[in-house]
Amino acid sequence: MGKDEVKSRRRFLSNAAMLAGGIFVSVSNNSIGALLYATERKDTKGPWYGMGIDLEQCIGCGHCANTCKSENGVSREPFYFRTWVEQYTILNDGSVKITSPNGGIDGFSQQVPDEDIFKSFFVPKMCNHCEKSPCVQVCPVGATYDSPEGVVLVDDSYCIGCRYCVQACPYGCRYIDPVKKVADKCTLCYHRIMKGQLPACVEVCPKGAKIFGDLNDPGSDLVRFKKEHAWQVLKPHMNTDSKVYYNGLRAEVR
Amino acid sequence: MLSKVDGFIYPNEIELNWSVLIVLYPYITGLVAGAFILASLERVFKVKVLRPTYTIALLTALGFLLVATMPLISHLAQPQRFYEIMITPHFTSAMAIFGFIYLWYLMVVLLLEIWLDYRRDLVLWSQEKTGVMKHVYKILTLGVTDLSPKALKWDDKLGYAITVIGIPSAFLLHGYVGFIFGSVKANPWWSTVLMPVIFIFSAMVSGIALVMVVFMVVNYIRKKMIDMACLDTIAKYLLIALILDFALEGLDQVHRIYEAEESFQILDLLVKGKLTYTLFLFQWGLGMLVPILVLAYFQMFKSKERLRRILYLITGVLVLVGIFFMRWNVVVGGQLFSKSFYGFTAFKLQLIGPEGSLMAVVWLIVPLLIVAFLFWLLPPWKRHAEPET
Repeated sequence: MGKDEVKSRRRFLSNAAMLAGGIFVSVSNNSIGALLYATERKDTKGPWYGMGIDLEQCIGCGHCANTCKSENGVSREPFYFRTWVEQYTILNDGSVKITSPNGGIDGFSQQVPDEDIFKSFFVPKMCNHCEKSPCVQVCPVGATYDSPEGVVLVDDSYCIGCRYCVQACPYGCRYIDPVKKVADKCTLCYHRIMKGQLPACVEVCPKGAKIFGDLNDPGSDLVRFKKEHAWQVLKPHMNTDSKVYYNGLRAEVR
Repeated sequence: MLSKVDGFIYPNEIELNWSVLIVLYPYITGLVAGAFILASLERVFKVKVLRPTYTIALLTALGFLLVATMPLISHLAQPQRFYEIMITPHFTSAMAIFGFIYLWYLMVVLLLEIWLDYRRDLVLWSQEKTGVMKHVYKILTLGVTDLSPKALKWDDKLGYAITVIGIPSAFLLHGYVGFIFGSVKANPWWSTVLMPVIFIFSAMVSGIALVMVVFMVVNYIRKKMIDMACLDTIAKYLLIALILDFALEGLDQVHRIYEAEESFQILDLLVKGKLTYTLFLFQWGLGMLVPILVLAYFQMFKSKERLRRILYLITGVLVLVGIFFMRWNVVVGGQLFSKSFYGFTAFKLQLIGPEGSLMAVVWLIVPLLIVAFLFWLLPPWKRHAEPET
């Protein structure tokens, strides 16, 4: 009996080892591919959406931030924004002062006396819909994903609320929705653009400072914007291939 | 809430996303990995003088491993969906594999090793005991009751093999936790290749200190004279681990200071401001330098046994507190500054609530209760003498 038991135990262990080995191989195969996430360019044929922001046009009215909240039902508390506006003031001594009271929704007032100001301007911020987005990379369940049109979206019914994506976003564009209790962010008004409309923030901008368009369409407004301006993206060293392109972006802006 | 802000932060950054529960997560897994590595010193590296701590270390590791995921799961905004990470893991995520590594470590390494090590005792206890406990032990044998010398030899061989696998697994378990933080490129306080290595060595430090303290407390409660040779050896290994950990953390900081990248200014302000006490006083001062000096002194000079015992206990506790603050400084410290590098938010630990300090204390007491239960169920000091071979 002892011999049989040793044998059956041996058989059990070898089966278990084979099963574990099989799982390990299949997992590691995927993982090795997964390591290359932030190096591979995506191959796209259909529309590939992005946004241009012309800082020389922005007047800091905050309409975009306000309309976004209404359009997308974002909490009105001042800690949750899918898009917001920052006021940068560079002083004569080179120091930088930045404010974004209520995301710019209530407008701005300049606290620095005129004679001390070297330069002042506004910077609207939003999700950069990165091609190699760190938030998509780190989501442990795949609840945040790229749409075929290059829009980074969150599946509300799937997100476990681990907040890893919030940590991973270099631009501070994500938050945990206080009502839905899942990660939330700009969708580029996916519900509108799929119907051929403009994102709400683009639609209401009185100066046309936000330019929405298809990067794969040579005739789109966005492609023309990119051709005509020396654009720059935020934090280019992050290598996220951001699809929000700024005209007039100064080095102080982060 | 806005009064918490110092300078400029992105408006979405005001709330700290990972609080004290996520501090506990690397703390607890570190204790597990470190305790296991101490046990493997006896088993694989044949440091026989550590024999009295072998099973104590394994059971302590198990007690803590059983609760390691609890702070994580209870921290989720959607805790009822936690299983999604196991059934639909997203392999580009550094977090997705944790469940598998955890299960591997729990089922294949710790449980199996403890079971193989205890199997003979379980069979004998199931024969000796009466009443309910007889059946409990019988169930724990899983029906494998063969005590022939050949079967026991197999237990020993398998146990050895599992410990050998267990060492890289323990490194993997905690190195991986380090990678979860170290791979976040958006956060300069976390993003360093040294993070997994620092996590492994700090895990060894905390795990060895934990077993040392548990070993002393157990002997005190049982009113037994402690095996000083064993205790001195643990202290020696604790000293080695502390020195290595200190060197690695020092290297990390020197590297940051010398390179002084874009984020340097804000991190400098962070370290000298919001983290002054938790970093300089608790993590490096009381948690590292003082223990290193005390333990090094005992290596160089002979001292009275009683003095050594008292200072070992104090040192062990200091190290445990110090490593807790090491995790704190990583997890909380990494969220106090804005990714715009233009300002800070503040963190105020609540007392009550699911994210409060009371809850954190619960998650530290529960594993100790489990360890106490395991000591009662599988008393390391009531085991049967090895049969003559």
